[in-house]
Amino acid sequence: MTTLGILLVLVLLLVVFGLLFRLQILTSIFSGSSTREVGVSNRVNAILFIIFLVVGGAAFAWSFADNYDKMNPPIASVHGHATERMFWTTMIILGIVFTLTQVLLFVYSYKYQHKEGRRAFFFPHNNKIEVIWTLIPAIVMAGLVFAGWKEWTRITGPAPKDAVVVEVMGKQFNWLVRYPGRDQKLGVVNYRLIDATNEFGFDLSDQNGIDDFVAPEIHVPKGHPVLLKIRSRDVLHAVYMPHFRVQMYAVPGMPTKFWFTPTMTTDEMRAQTGNPKFTYELACNQICGRGHFAMKLNIVVDEPDDYVAWFAQQKSFSEQNPDVLASFKQKSDKLVEKETTPAAAAVVPATAKASL
Amino acid sequence: MAANLPTQAQVQGGAGVTEPGISHDEHAHHDEHHEQSFLQKYVFSTDHKVIAKQFLITGIIWAIIGGTLSSLFRLQLGWPESTFEWLSPFLGKWIEAGKLNPEFYLALVTMHGTIMVFFVLTAGLSGTFSNFLIPLQIGARDMASGFMNMLSYWFFFASSVVMFVSLFLETGPASAGWTIYPPLSALPQAIPGSGAGQTFWLVSMALFIVSQLLGGVNYITTVINLRTQGMSMSKLPLTIWAFFLTAILGLLSFPVLFSAALLLIFDRSFGTSFFLSDIYIAGQALPNTGGSPILFQHLFWFLGHPEVYIVIMPAMGMVSEILATNARKPIFGYRAMIGSLLGISLLSFIVWAHHMFVTGMNPFLGSVFMFLTLIIAVPSAVKTFNWLATLWRGNIRFTSAMLFSIGFVSLFIAGGLTGIVLGNAALDIQMHNTYFVVAHFHLVMGSSAFFGLFAGVYHWFPKMFGRMLDEKLGYVHFWLTFLGVYLVFLPMHYVGIAGFPRRYYAWTGFDSFSQFADLNKFISAAAIIAFFAQFVFIFNFFYSIFRGRRATENPWNSTTLEWTTPVVPGHGNWPGAIPAVHRWPYDYSKPGAAEDFIPQHIPYSQTQSSNLPYEKEME
Ligand code: HEM
Ligand SMILES: [Cu+2]
Ligand SMILES: [Cu+2]
Repeated sequence: MTTLGILLVLVLLLVVFGLLFRLQILTSIFSGSSTREVGVSNRVNAILFIIFLVVGGAAFAWSFADNYDKMNPPIASVHGHATERMFWTTMIILGIVFTLTQVLLFVYSYKYQHKEGRRAFFFPHNNKIEVIWTLIPAIVMAGLVFAGWKEWTRITGPAPKDAVVVEVMGKQFNWLVRYPGRDQKLGVVNYRLIDATNEFGFDLSDQNGIDDFVAPEIHVPKGHPVLLKIRSRDVLHAVYMPHFRVQMYAVPGMPTKFWFTPTMTTDEMRAQTGNPKFTYELACNQICGRGHFAMKLNIVVDEPDDYVAWFAQQKSFSEQNPDVLASFKQKSDKLVEKETTPAAAAVVPATAKASL
Repeated sequence: MAANLPTQAQVQGGAGVTEPGISHDEHAHHDEHHEQSFLQKYVFSTDHKVIAKQFLITGIIWAIIGGTLSSLFRLQLGWPESTFEWLSPFLGKWIEAGKLNPEFYLALVTMHGTIMVFFVLTAGLSGTFSNFLIPLQIGARDMASGFMNMLSYWFFFASSVVMFVSLFLETGPASAGWTIYPPLSALPQAIPGSGAGQTFWLVSMALFIVSQLLGGVNYITTVINLRTQGMSMSKLPLTIWAFFLTAILGLLSFPVLFSAALLLIFDRSFGTSFFLSDIYIAGQALPNTGGSPILFQHLFWFLGHPEVYIVIMPAMGMVSEILATNARKPIFGYRAMIGSLLGISLLSFIVWAHHMFVTGMNPFLGSVFMFLTLIIAVPSAVKTFNWLATLWRGNIRFTSAMLFSIGFVSLFIAGGLTGIVLGNAALDIQMHNTYFVVAHFHLVMGSSAFFGLFAGVYHWFPKMFGRMLDEKLGYVHFWLTFLGVYLVFLPMHYVGIAGFPRRYYAWTGFDSFSQFADLNKFISAAAIIAFFAQFVFIFNFFYSIFRGRRATENPWNSTTLEWTTPVVPGHGNWPGAIPAVHRWPYDYSKPGAAEDFIPQHIPYSQTQSSNLPYEKEME
């Protein structure tokens, strides 16, 4: 198909080239002089504009229709349906303006091509027309802004209190995922604590972090608001989840967030698309270095029950990495020794033990 | 310097500075010149026309380099599975086992963007035509300061040299994208191009900014002070209005880029933390805390957005001029055209954060910037309607310049409209940094501005070199390019709507994006063909400089002042007195006039048959 397209283009180009070359010979024969005013080529160019409009317009319409299904990633979030509607409404308005203006441009070019003995119409301005065509775009634009603004405030408004919290952290060149565990509170992380095992930089002297767990992919329940907390530990990345119409930068030193509600489980989507291997994908969408193009994370949308079951199976980071936990204990013990504050000594190890 | 008579000539011509409006100049001084050495005449020249040609030819060289880079990365995108062993003679170690190195891919897109935006479309376009046309169209003997003008070119040249050298560095040129967002651009550990390559980039841009400022101050001063007698601001051709406002935009926004670059240099070399915070990279936690990468983006786009208008406004001005001349009609709504240029200039300073809707910036700010961004579409729409109205009931001659101007309008519409999608923050969530954005700005800025550049070269070539470009080759060039641009950038929207991220070396790892292999091949093929079509122009350009048909003084029957100079204007532009101006620049096809154009320097007393009622008084 592509080779055909390429061939077609080549042939077209050749034809255009040949035509023009022939024309050059013709005109120079007919006109005799090269300094004459306006020759046959004027007419040819005018006709080419019309051909371009008709053939180009048809090709555009055809290729658009041909690609339409491919270009719409299936939608899997509540706000995604709203923005998708707005996107195509906007595109229809723009399409109308595009068609009208391009048709006028090329038709005028053809219709008002040079004719011997005719004079152009001296028409320097007309205030009424100008006011009208300033106001119309202004009104249309106002409508679009208003609709966009309403949707934008809804999307970026505060997440519902009961939202499932997931944290993703970008690094060169993959994503790390962290869940808050049963207490629903994410523990403190500190980039200075990062090493090969403690990739998140868990500060396990913070009790909230003891039951946090990490996961190799994102799981979220269908029909439940999800609050993504986003951070980066080296350069900029961006969390881009095209099926959910979600995008937000991952910025070192500045946690960001985005919340959304998934509407279709992975299985439902597999059934709907007829693709048994369909997977929701998270792509990095901010240039971040060599592996930028391959910085992928899979997302699984579960039925709420499955999600709860999955969640219950996860082992906390501290449980899986007792040495890391122990190192924090040592540190805090040392601290306690140094400070010789009996009270603190009593509190920290006691609670740590409790969660083990 | 004593022997440097051109400078003296400017001092004489500069009499206009102290006595504005006095353009009359008794000395036909260019006749008195001693023979100039080759160096003085063509290299360290202070003549605005020579400097313009220097900008143009440097710009053409850069465009060829920039285009070559894009063909290289389109090869990779079109045929991601192929081996490119055959490129290793050119690219050396950047081809690893037949594959393009992914970091070099990023270097290619970075350098392509930088070269095209700054070196071709800013320096090459605005540098060429602001220099060439401002003195000629306002009736001045040269720029206010020829010396500064010369410096402006040579700073650009130095900047070019530094950027060019950076292409051959061991660790590669800058690779963090043309927007050089830190921390990627600040940390060589993150990508090798952020080492020496990025340093060269920053030094080169600093020189470039100096060049822009020197040029800009000069353009503004010249337009304000050196207009010939009768050339009020309301009689200026739209070209001059566009160059004037462009220079103001540059003067106000480039210094901000300079400060961003400076702070980045501090972060890179002196351990400050303006843009860096909480970074663990290459097995090491960096000491920097408290900086903000987002701050850099605010600074960058404070220039970056005006920059896109710096690129497009000169093209708009030239296209307005060329459409009117070749439709043989006054530009429709001259005042509205100036008004919309002013509106765009003002608004372009307060929309920058529309590039940052999803950076984590406060969503309320997002709302404000969405509102301001969509306002800027209104003056753009007005301009488009006015161009269409200019064609309406015209008597159109399709010169090559006219074809490119019509193409400009077509592309500007196609690309401008999608800006309305992107300006809507709610929709930008999905579109940001996808090929939809790439398609948007390549049509509205890349391609349109290139079309403006071509239109300008075809139109003013006779005045630059005293010869004509071959029209037939011009037609071939136009049709191939016009077709090519649409074949490349329309399908790119489809890929973008599907969510294909930009700056991806390959999409093969993702199911979501892998369905466009065919389309990507098609786009690549079209891009490479369109690139090769440019050699028709390059041949035409260099051939015609030496062998083109000889031009006449005013080959397009145009009204503006540059066409009153000799075929090849010498130093001082007019051998005798500078003509005074009596009317606006668009008296085409005026009812009652003998010819279908009345040049600006013809007094109303000579055109009694065509004067409008309110012009009668001025007879
Ligand atoms: C109708 C008026 C326009 C609107 C509403 C508009 C809006 C936008 C928006 C919102 C973006 C950011 C998209 C994103 O990154 O997600 C954008 C990108 C861009 N626009 Fe426009 N635009 C308009 C006209 C123009 C013009 C006239 C030019 C140039 C002459 C231009 C050049 C660019 C460039 C270069 C970028 C991308 C920069 C980058 O990320 O590398 N735009 N536009
Ligand atoms: Cu990335
Ligand atoms: Cu912008």
